[in-house]
Amino acid sequence: MYQYDGFDQEFVRQRSAQFRDQVKRRLSGALSEAEFKPLRLMNGVYLELHAYLLRVAIPYGTLSSQQLKRLAMIGRKWDRGYGHFTTRQNIQFNWPKLEDIPDMLDSLAEVEMHAIQTSGACIRNVTADQFSGVAKDEIEDPRPWAEIIRQWSSLHPEFTFLPRKFKVSITGSSEDRAAIKVHDIGLALKKNDHGDIGFEVMVGGGQGRTPMLAQTIRDFLPKSEILPYLEAIMRVYNQFGRRDNKYKARIKILVHETGIEKLRSLVEAEYEALRASFIDLPQAEVSRIQNFFTAPPYQNLEDQEALLNQQAQQNTGFGQWLQANRTGHKQPGYAVVTISLKPIGGIPGDISSDQMDYVADLSERYGFGEIRVTHEQNLVLPDIRQDQLFDLYQDLVSQGLATANAGLISDIISCPGMDYCALATARSIPIAQALSRRFEDITSQQNIGPLKIKISGCINACGHHHVGHIGILGLERKGEEHYQLSLGGHAGFEASIGKIVGPSFKEHQIVDAVETVVQTYLDLRTEDEIFLDTYRRLGDTPFKEALYAAA
Amino acid sequence: MQLLKKDQGLIEETWVHCTDLEPLPVSENIIVGYGRWLNEQETLLKRNGLLGLELPNDVSPADISDKLDHLSLILLDFPAFNDGRAYSQAQLLRNRYGFKGELRASGHVLRDQLAFMARCGIDCFELPLHAPAQEWSKAFSDFSNMYQGAADGFATIAQKRHLDQTGAE
Repeated sequence: MYQYDGFDQEFVRQRSAQFRDQVKRRLSGALSEAEFKPLRLMNGVYLELHAYLLRVAIPYGTLSSQQLKRLAMIGRKWDRGYGHFTTRQNIQFNWPKLEDIPDMLDSLAEVEMHAIQTSGACIRNVTADQFSGVAKDEIEDPRPWAEIIRQWSSLHPEFTFLPRKFKVSITGSSEDRAAIKVHDIGLALKKNDHGDIGFEVMVGGGQGRTPMLAQTIRDFLPKSEILPYLEAIMRVYNQFGRRDNKYKARIKILVHETGIEKLRSLVEAEYEALRASFIDLPQAEVSRIQNFFTAPPYQNLEDQEALLNQQAQQNTGFGQWLQANRTGHKQPGYAVVTISLKPIGGIPGDISSDQMDYVADLSERYGFGEIRVTHEQNLVLPDIRQDQLFDLYQDLVSQGLATANAGLISDIISCPGMDYCALATARSIPIAQALSRRFEDITSQQNIGPLKIKISGCINACGHHHVGHIGILGLERKGEEHYQLSLGGHAGFEASIGKIVGPSFKEHQIVDAVETVVQTYLDLRTEDEIFLDTYRRLGDTPFKEALYAAA
Repeated sequence: MQLLKKDQGLIEETWVHCTDLEPLPVSENIIVGYGRWLNEQETLLKRNGLLGLELPNDVSPADISDKLDHLSLILLDFPAFNDGRAYSQAQLLRNRYGFKGELRASGHVLRDQLAFMARCGIDCFELPLHAPAQEWSKAFSDFSNMYQGAADGFATIAQKRHLDQTGAE
């Protein structure tokens, strides 16, 4: 993975020193909260319902074991012994004291981490496919490009006060695991007819109160042109994005109101004009960054299906875990393992400091000391020998980290909701916990098959409910929490926005309602059909009838 | 209000801000609004004294690019600290249209924005009356190196990394 050189190290240290001075001015009263707010937001510090929150960037979801151990230490020393992984591959600490945050940032800087641009109306942390570099279906590893974009966007002087926040996500595989179509810019590496690899550039995706899917603005962009092209899009957005209404300020609204054709001509014209003065990345720099992402020293191994089958037969739990949490690896004899942070009845994305240390140790013992964070709030060990999967599984079991539900109905995305968040209109964590308990049995979860439930505690949609196969949105009406159910959403290349199925449900009804939807699917599915397929084939009518006919 | 020039510290105001209705002073250096610029361009270009223009942040620099030789100062507007359109205007004026005169930031200018503004080519800043200017000036040197190329023309971190190999400056 990427390692800082002296320039990167100096940069994060200077940023940390700058923030320390800003905090000092705030604590001395030289800055009011109103003046301090934009400064702390530029550095991932929110003021939530009960405390400050620090959001730490995990660029494209990649962590070293040393970094994960540092996050564990930070959770222990300055928080309450845990952290929360978010839908943007970041980690949040929920209980820091403002006066401690500069020390936390210094501590992060020591392990090449920071909180730069994890909030604010700027280019946010760049996310990527969590299986980058190891996926079987990969066209090209997107991580070097994500790192190049991370550096370019860090304190970009022109794009730090945009109309609204700006999220970029990137994938290099034939399957989109990074939800790129619901990002302001989605980048997909692909091969053209001549066999060259370049980017398909998509723009204008987003969730929030006006969910939209990104549209293609450039079908094929040579890789070397990515930074000037991004700069052109950002400049057009900075000039023409709406600033009169914060709810209409994202680039998706500009795309929608301007039309993709017109916007494309604006961007292409700006791109032509800026090429002359744009300082291209030296090719040596691209190579330097790519060299950090070469394959680790794999051994020459063969696939171990016979062994794994035998172990799975002897241990049902292992078999179930293998089926759900193991993904194919491009290197024979290896596997990619998802560590579910969705224990039955647990809080999605939460992990204790002790568990963080343990996972970091496992990544060293079984892998090459690397861990990934997924936008679905789980962790990944990318390089596990197949003949060591059973040992790893048993170690995970000992720490409550072996829930065999990756991609299944209890692998729920949930925002923090009203338990923490100042914007929330309803609680989302308790709903996730209740659903997880209702569908507890792994055998029946596997019978239900791949099904993504996503829960947001307000219209801002941090819990991605618009793209949940089953989406749940928590709202407040007359002092009471209500939950709106939508069906048929999906993140991926074949993305779709879920459709609200009917009147909302009260808290005590929502879990039953989800169960009714699932039962309806089980009754109607044809062989091999996952929930989304059945919904797409039949539409929402049978689900509506099942949910509301009796009422 | 005080005026901070990036490399000089506090400076005295030598420009007269003319409203749209005032008669034009005979020979002083003046800054006029965009409306007056559009309506009285011929008169403005003929008079003695230097000319400055207040550019609203929704006007494209392309619209004045052929008249830049006549302008010695462009006042960029930051109606609120988080309205960042003028950063793009500054970059375009410097990088694309080669404007060499003074670019002055006006409006909601905060200490923690000064470095971003300077990188985009703004070289003069209107500070609130009681702002400690010397303290604020430190903001220019918060960072030794930056990742992006910008109107300030400084070498990027990537360029510096490969100085030896490429022989670039």
